[in-house]
Amino acid sequence: MDLLRFSTAGSVDDGKSTLIGRLLHDAKAIFEDQLEAVCRASGDAAAPDLALLTDGLRAEREQGITIDVAYRYFATPRRKFIIADTPGHEQYTRNMATGASTAEASVILVDARKGLQPQSRRHTCIAHLLGIRHLVFAVNKMDLVDYDAATFARLRAEIIDLTTRLGAEVPVVIPVSALRGDHVVERGTAMPWYAGPCLLDHLESLDPGAADADASLRYPVQLVLRGDGDFRGYAGTVAAGRVRPGDPVTVLPSGRTTTVRRIHTADGAVDQAVAGQSVALQLAAELDVSRGDLLVSGALPRLLSRLDATLIWFDAAPLQPERPYLLKQATRTVRARVSAIHGRTDVVTLVEGAADTLELNEIGRVTLDCAQPLQVDGYRASRATGSFILIDLASNATVAAGLIASEQQECADAGQSGQIQVDRPARERQQQHRAGVVWLTGLPGAGKREIASRLEARLFQRGVNACVLDADTLRTGLSGDLGFTLQERDENLRRAAEVARLLVAKGWLVIADFVSPTAAQRDRVRGLIGTDDFLEVFVQRDAEPCTVRDPHGLYLRARADNGDNVPHIDVAYEAPQQPELALDSAGVEEGVKRLVTLLNERGWTGSHGRVVRLN
Amino acid sequence: MTAATFHALAPPARDSRHATATDPRTDRLEAESIHIFREVVAEFERPVLLFSGGKDSVCLLRLAQKAFHPLPIPFPLLHIDTGHNFPEVIAFRDRRAAQLGARLLVRRVADSIASGRAVERAGANGSRNRLQTVTLLDALAEFHFDAAFGGARRDEEKARAKERIYSFRDAAGQWDPKNQRPELWNLYNGRHHPGEHIRVFPLSNWTELDVWHYIGREGLEIPSLYFAHPRDVVERDGVLLPVGDLVPPRPGEAVTRRTVRFRTVGDVTCTACVESDADSVARIIAETGVSRLTERGSRVDDRAGEAAMEERKREGYF
Repeated sequence: MDLLRFSTAGSVDDGKSTLIGRLLHDAKAIFEDQLEAVCRASGDAAAPDLALLTDGLRAEREQGITIDVAYRYFATPRRKFIIADTPGHEQYTRNMATGASTAEASVILVDARKGLQPQSRRHTCIAHLLGIRHLVFAVNKMDLVDYDAATFARLRAEIIDLTTRLGAEVPVVIPVSALRGDHVVERGTAMPWYAGPCLLDHLESLDPGAADADASLRYPVQLVLRGDGDFRGYAGTVAAGRVRPGDPVTVLPSGRTTTVRRIHTADGAVDQAVAGQSVALQLAAELDVSRGDLLVSGALPRLLSRLDATLIWFDAAPLQPERPYLLKQATRTVRARVSAIHGRTDVVTLVEGAADTLELNEIGRVTLDCAQPLQVDGYRASRATGSFILIDLASNATVAAGLIASEQQECADAGQSGQIQVDRPARERQQQHRAGVVWLTGLPGAGKREIASRLEARLFQRGVNACVLDADTLRTGLSGDLGFTLQERDENLRRAAEVARLLVAKGWLVIADFVSPTAAQRDRVRGLIGTDDFLEVFVQRDAEPCTVRDPHGLYLRARADNGDNVPHIDVAYEAPQQPELALDSAGVEEGVKRLVTLLNERGWTGSHGRVVRLN
Repeated sequence: MTAATFHALAPPARDSRHATATDPRTDRLEAESIHIFREVVAEFERPVLLFSGGKDSVCLLRLAQKAFHPLPIPFPLLHIDTGHNFPEVIAFRDRRAAQLGARLLVRRVADSIASGRAVERAGANGSRNRLQTVTLLDALAEFHFDAAFGGARRDEEKARAKERIYSFRDAAGQWDPKNQRPELWNLYNGRHHPGEHIRVFPLSNWTELDVWHYIGREGLEIPSLYFAHPRDVVERDGVLLPVGDLVPPRPGEAVTRRTVRFRTVGDVTCTACVESDADSVARIIAETGVSRLTERGSRVDDRAGEAAMEERKREGYF
């Protein structure tokens, strides 16, 4: 005997609970003591309120509504059923999605007097979104509209219009009276104009569809079982496709290929495993495989750090675009943040509108950036590798369900040779801050060095990969062959710019400390590094204080006429006309604070949860 | 944990399995339960299996064996002993644990009472059922368990019908039915703060009948109480209660000897039996299929108020 899981959904007062109660009652699936308890509670033994059979929580019974999803189990001679009876109230749509996520069919109630309410539309949309193929609409309370055929026909047309717009299969629409029992299990005589199946009849005969054994194999590794001797098995549940001993498989993300040596179960080896079966795979080659890896064959999944997906938002606190969440997909959990919201779908009109957040129960299309790339399929192709949940780091609540889009933007694909591209965007995503150059310019002795090193320390403490690049250090090594003529100083600056550019390409935030007295020199540096990655900061002192400070003894030497082209004495310092920031003599600490603020404002550093602009 | 490196014992000796045609429904339920066991072991530090010796925990144990085979079960067993158990069940519990080479921890309600952690309600209706909660929570804290497998099923009772597979308990061990986490597909969110733990119910979608089918199919040994046997009983409040030291007959009650079996096995003071001559798994299955009473209808503790189970769960019960 097989099994069918179906969810039920409908607005409060549609009579959903009564319908299920009727289903169980007429199918003789209710135990005597349950009925007795319900009779006691409804105060009328002759006509028990069947809805009480499913309203299990105290608050529900008191308020007369269904708060949470309840699972009911019953069987007829033809089939066993698991009912996920889900709430109708808008406040609990998350529970409806929970019940629907494992259902193969959905029974959606419509009140014959009221027609398709927003809640029913929402539930239809969610059922379809979650991939439930078999939608069954029960137009209830037909007794209250005199069993009118025309009313039913009108509603049926409305329903089919909705499902067509969703792109779902044509649903079965049944006129019922849960209260009287018509067309739930028994046909009754009130609606002779209806020739279609009764609800139970339809549920018993619909074909949920067997898993496609020819689909590409998806086997997420849950656990590694390493036993005495040689036993090494990779425990997991086949998510899609089929595996047999001897089949070639690819291990992702490493990309190594091997064959399946044996399929292990506690009852011995088996000769195949299909979707839904939990086994332990033994491979021919000795590879390093661990939880989170995916064994595949056939079409490969895509390796993406940037994902387009549809989210159903579950949390009372709305989605925050810069906020880091945890994303759990199959057996992997990574950090992720929503970097773009493309639109929110109005469940009633099915129109997508602009949105900058998602609130409780809303559905929208987003792009997520993950700290590590994931092996993904579109949800329609493979549920297990095409679905995920988002978890809030602070509360640990599950805040959203995610369905990966079948069409993905091309740009962020990491390449599927198994090699991850360790490029600047990848580094920036992982370290959660931008790369770039903060170019400190100003007279010698103006305090650039102290500001640079204190800024470096401040950023380092916040987990930013920052490093100071300065003239003296360069001249002890790379520019050890250079003197102090104008041309040599230009060359030193060129080398500095090239080094900074290399570091930026590797994700570093470079704090450059170079006098760079002329605008032309600074322009050349800016040109080499790129305007987007260059912040010019003028560290300003009047000339007099610098000569007095003269920490490097440059002015003394210049005055002694050694010909070293010390700016201000030998070369005029051209102050920047439009620096990003001008720091005066207010002190090093103040200067550092202003620089940190500048970096945050520009979105270069994300220490306060601000958006990080990623290339 | 991503790897279980234990010295492997030989695969457990299996009792003779009934040769049955493949049962897709049972296979599917078994596969889902195994998936859940593995997921918990992978994502939690210190799981434990609550083992009472009752038929559901017997199934649970077999599923745990299968999930990690050929390795031994990578977590201990815990029994909260009310001190009011049927002796047959205790003997069975010890035997089964020894067979598996599993580490069995027992914590006694009597000790909680003695240390003042729990207060026993005096009187004829005194039951230690509710007191188990205190002992359970103390035991979980004592060993720092962060995930406890239990054999509860959703078809058992109204409040259980609403519970998730991963049931989140706060630091006080309490359950808030309004605040359960969404469980989608087979993705389970077990993240928790220090001091909190998860109850996991791999048998959530199993019915009483499914459990019996599994026991039959796997040839699992269960306490003899489940099978028809003669016993002295009294009729009280519409159910049959077994008489004994802890359940003496009240004045006016007639003690009769009948052939009965237990559908559920709990505290001796609050577990009723039903008349039956089903003395084998096959016959029990036949009887269960047409039963007019739910399994827990014979649990007197559930009758103490409409919301009895819900209240106990809010306090931290199984």
